[in-house]
Amino acid sequence: EICLLFCLFSLFRGIYFRGETGDDVVNVFYQKVTALPGDQPPVVMVTYLHFLHIRQGGLYWVATTTADSSPFTIVEFLNRLAALVKDYCGGLSEKSVQMNFALIYELLDEVLDYGHIQTTSSDMLKNFLQSEAVSSRPFSLFDLSNVGLFGADTQQSKVAPSSAAARPIQASREQGGRSEIFVDVVERMSVVVGSNGVLMKADVEGEIRVKCFMPSCSEIRIGLNEELSIGKSQLRGYGAAVRVDRCSFHQGVRLDEFDSHRILRLCPSQGEQTVMQYQLTDDLPTAPPFRLFPTIERDGTGRLILFLKLRCDLPPKSSAVNVCASVPVPKGAVSLSQELSSPDQSAELQSQNRAVVWQIPRLAGGTQLSALFKLDVPGLSSASMLEVGPVGLSFELPKFSATGLQIRFLRLSPVQPAPSQRWVRYVTHSDSYSIRI
Amino acid sequence: MPYLGGEETVRELKRALSNPNVQAEPLRYRNTVLRVVRAMSQGVNVSGLFSEMVKACATVDVVQKKLVYMFLCSYASLNPELSLLVINTLRKDCQDPNPMVRSLALRNMSNLRLPSLVEYVEQPLTAGLRDRAACVRRVAVLGWAKLYNLQPGSDIDAAVVNELYSLLRDPDPVVMVNCLRALDEILKEEGGVVINKPITHHLLNRMKECDVWGQCEVLRVLQRYRPQSDDELFDILSLLDASLVSPHPPVMAATLSLFLSLCADLPAVSLAALERVSGPLLAACGSGSREMRFTALCHIQLLMRSVPGLMGPHFKRFFCGYAEPAYIKQRKMQIMVELVNDENVSMLLDELKGYCTDVNTDTAQAAIQAIGHIGRSYSDRCLEILTGLLGLKQDHITSAVVQTLRDLVWVCPQCSDTVCSALEGCEETLQDSQGRQALLWLLGVYGDGVSSAPYTLEAFIDGVKSEVSLGVKMELLTATMRLFLTRPAETQDMLGRLLHYCIEEETDMCVRDLGLLYYHLLKCGIEETRNVLQGRRSDPSLGVLIGRPAQPISQWACSFNTLEPLKKGGTVTQTASRGSPEHEASKPKTAVELPETLDCSHIHTDPPDSASTGQRSDSAAELPAASLTLSLSPTLSPEEFERRWLQRCSLQSEEAAEESSDFLQTEERICCSAVLQRSPQTLQAAMQLVNIQTLAFTPPSTLPWRVFFYTHTAGTPASTLILGELLYAGEADPAPKDEEEEERKADGEAAAEDLTGRKDRQVEVKVTLKQQPKDEEAVRAFLSVLSTVLHTLSSERHDEHAATHL
Repeated sequence: EICLLFCLFSLFRGIYFRGETGDDVVNVFYQKVTALPGDQPPVVMVTYLHFLHIRQGGLYWVATTTADSSPFTIVEFLNRLAALVKDYCGGLSEKSVQMNFALIYELLDEVLDYGHIQTTSSDMLKNFLQSEAVSSRPFSLFDLSNVGLFGADTQQSKVAPSSAAARPIQASREQGGRSEIFVDVVERMSVVVGSNGVLMKADVEGEIRVKCFMPSCSEIRIGLNEELSIGKSQLRGYGAAVRVDRCSFHQGVRLDEFDSHRILRLCPSQGEQTVMQYQLTDDLPTAPPFRLFPTIERDGTGRLILFLKLRCDLPPKSSAVNVCASVPVPKGAVSLSQELSSPDQSAELQSQNRAVVWQIPRLAGGTQLSALFKLDVPGLSSASMLEVGPVGLSFELPKFSATGLQIRFLRLSPVQPAPSQRWVRYVTHSDSYSIRI
Repeated sequence: MPYLGGEETVRELKRALSNPNVQAEPLRYRNTVLRVVRAMSQGVNVSGLFSEMVKACATVDVVQKKLVYMFLCSYASLNPELSLLVINTLRKDCQDPNPMVRSLALRNMSNLRLPSLVEYVEQPLTAGLRDRAACVRRVAVLGWAKLYNLQPGSDIDAAVVNELYSLLRDPDPVVMVNCLRALDEILKEEGGVVINKPITHHLLNRMKECDVWGQCEVLRVLQRYRPQSDDELFDILSLLDASLVSPHPPVMAATLSLFLSLCADLPAVSLAALERVSGPLLAACGSGSREMRFTALCHIQLLMRSVPGLMGPHFKRFFCGYAEPAYIKQRKMQIMVELVNDENVSMLLDELKGYCTDVNTDTAQAAIQAIGHIGRSYSDRCLEILTGLLGLKQDHITSAVVQTLRDLVWVCPQCSDTVCSALEGCEETLQDSQGRQALLWLLGVYGDGVSSAPYTLEAFIDGVKSEVSLGVKMELLTATMRLFLTRPAETQDMLGRLLHYCIEEETDMCVRDLGLLYYHLLKCGIEETRNVLQGRRSDPSLGVLIGRPAQPISQWACSFNTLEPLKKGGTVTQTASRGSPEHEASKPKTAVELPETLDCSHIHTDPPDSASTGQRSDSAAELPAASLTLSLSPTLSPEEFERRWLQRCSLQSEEAAEESSDFLQTEERICCSAVLQRSPQTLQAAMQLVNIQTLAFTPPSTLPWRVFFYTHTAGTPASTLILGELLYAGEADPAPKDEEEEERKADGEAAAEDLTGRKDRQVEVKVTLKQQPKDEEAVRAFLSVLSTVLHTLSSERHDEHAATHL
């Protein structure tokens, strides 16, 4: 049972479900967590109290509980709760939580009763929640970019802004919000490239998420690549096979057409849900998106010279955005001089992280960038080169799925109450992309 | 938390709430209430507004109602009299045609937590149990639990309990699950809700209707049920099989918990379940939520205690992401160390090497320790990495490396030369006391190999006055004493100075006493000192990394899916030592009590076969092991073993049947199929669990198959040394077998053994034991320990066969 639950930000909010614990509990937790540097593991114990927390959206989501309760359940519940709050408030931040506290209280009241989880399905909850969400985003002209002449929706804009799905799901009712459905293919890559450029490890975790803004939605059909094969042995078709090792589906997905035509059928409930999860281990269908060619030297004056060439091996039409390479440098590096190939890039020496961080806002497929860094490191020795460790790369690849999984079509059943817009989006994130030097 | 202007705010809110103009406008009224609740949640004490809020309760606006109720529930205990006023409104709301209002009123009525109001709440709760709307029934069911907890110990109405039991058949799954929860709390003293066969099958059948949370709850409650027959058990297991690989980690974990508790007596089925669950657990390790990753990792560690090879093929999944928090990285490294084998060792070391220079010092030190652990099996490669790291000259890295080297050299004495040459110059970088203690220990023990050792110690001795760490001072004393024994000329002068300081000037009693002790020891003569201080330099028996013995699942099953594995160092796989390794080793190894370590269920099916000693132990249940303490120290070198073994052989041939008084030789046969196929490592590890040291093996599946081992028995009347040999010459040895069988039948105990024994091709291993001095009691006890170990090893093999059949 969850005895008490609160999310924390600069000030605290608390909701107590069993009444045995007092207000000071919040302070106890806050002091414990902030007293130590760095991230704390999810279980924190203070005398007889067990706190289990997760961090999402810059907030701590904390439950107190007994020692014998299931950590899987509580962690999953806290994640689900954060997702619900995100759905209902249109975003997850200190501000949106503060503005919508009444809604969140209401939500918590329905989700938990006496420390027992009642329901977290948005279909059930929508009947009970009465408060309206206050959107934390100010009115902006850019939001109107999708609206055509005379305020009519146009189908001309083929791309929805990435913020389009970040709004409260309930607003669609009263505010005449657009009746939209988003199907996102989100993949996370974790890759290790050896110092000789050989791929040591390449895993992809992917999921298909449906975010539905329609108050009631009848069945939708999502068609995936027909040549998609699951598991090692099975191969379908003759084209470039798309393969995943393991996949699992949301309870509500009907799979009767999956084996024959790779079609998922489901009736999405309002808000966001993960329809399918899949993994691919150690077998990317394409070359890894980035290669790095580093040259590291010590010059006579005790300076460390890093010459990095970063090549993006994506197809020419795609590009990577928000690329950020973090290069660990020897301890005590004091100053950095840099030569970058274009003005929109930037680099800085973060001494507390002991790293040079090179930021590239956009990198098109098939292109190559180079950077030259000179670092003053007092007392540089040959052993210090050991500290120039694996380069960590973080990036986003919009309109790209690393496994090659595609949504062939997204059909709504013909008896939809209102005209609606459908969006299919792809994005691949770097979970951890490290290149050894 | 103090809130600026708190009182001012309360006064202003009070004015607004009682303003009739505000009350007249629903929206303004609601907003004012909203402000009150906001202030409350920020920690302002708004209890003074109680009476105004009670009035605000009478409204048709549901949002306002909810807000007011929230306020009232927080402050009701401070204002019991005023709360009585609310009850009327709440009771009226319980009659409302709108089910949402009814459930809201009922929930808050039971949330008021005032014992004085119980009599008013009971009637609406009873009505609520029979409400048309499921949402009202859900609230009413839990309401009874709240009511009961308000007055613990009071007699609960049997009619209510019956009604709750009957509501287990409610069409709404949440009502059903809530009934389980409520009954569990109400009947806590009687052991919770009763789970009998019909209820179990009802719950299992309806599990599909429940959501994730409901399923977890049902699975948790079902752990109490014991199936009446094997058929029923397997029916239940096959029903649960699908949820064992559920994509939802909570369901998967709860199902495995239930599996393990149902199959406590069927280790093979449990092992098969662990295999099945490894896929979903690995998927959870790659979850987007890092807390979920951590939880899954901790539980994988738990599983690996019983199936060390479970994650072998997936070792790459445990490479650390560069942005992962330190607590995840440390767990991953602990797992990586366990997965090392000949094929992946270079990849794993490459990966770990990258972490050694991590910005986070904890991560860096954990990585260095992990490399040290791998060094126990692959010392050359690891030493190369570790000594390379010393070149960085960073204090936290050097400290961790020196500590790791100390621990490594204790286990692998062959590394000492490399370690000695690496130590030069380390003292300049070392800052923390742990690292300096490790360095001092190494200099003391291996000072003969480090040319600069006396100078390093001298620098320490010169600075001893300003030394703050007690541990460093103690270690310094011992190290100087030891170095004095190996290099007296260079050390004598400084030892004198140090002893003088410790005895005359030091204020800490521990250091002073130690100084005095050494002083008097030196007075006794150099030989005495040598005997005391130059003990063992290493303990290779600690070094088993590969083929760590698999623990029985029952050892950790009860902590699976609880917070236990997530706690700091929940499963510390490392014997990581702080302080000198000697201190670790000199602790007497506690006698391993067999029934805990080894699965007792097998002891009963094949009792130790000790027929040929003449005096068989009376029954298997009366294991003498508990009274027998085995230990590995003092260590016996292989050469020494050989000498003694052969000496005894010749002795025996000379004196033929006549037994010398201080010596006993005995032969014994133990039936244990499949032991022969076990790898030497497994056997060695299993033996070490009970403190038997194996010294030499023939390779598996060669004939004749031999194992030599020794142990010491401690205890009454005197401790003895047992040398032993296991021999299996081949199948052709039927004569003694028949004799034995007759003897066994005569004793009337044969039935069970025959069942297990003869079906498989049974193998008899000849055990030869030599003991000095003679102590028959101890030999018999030892034999039963040994046969239990061998039986367990064989039966594990049985299980594996069974598992593959599943």
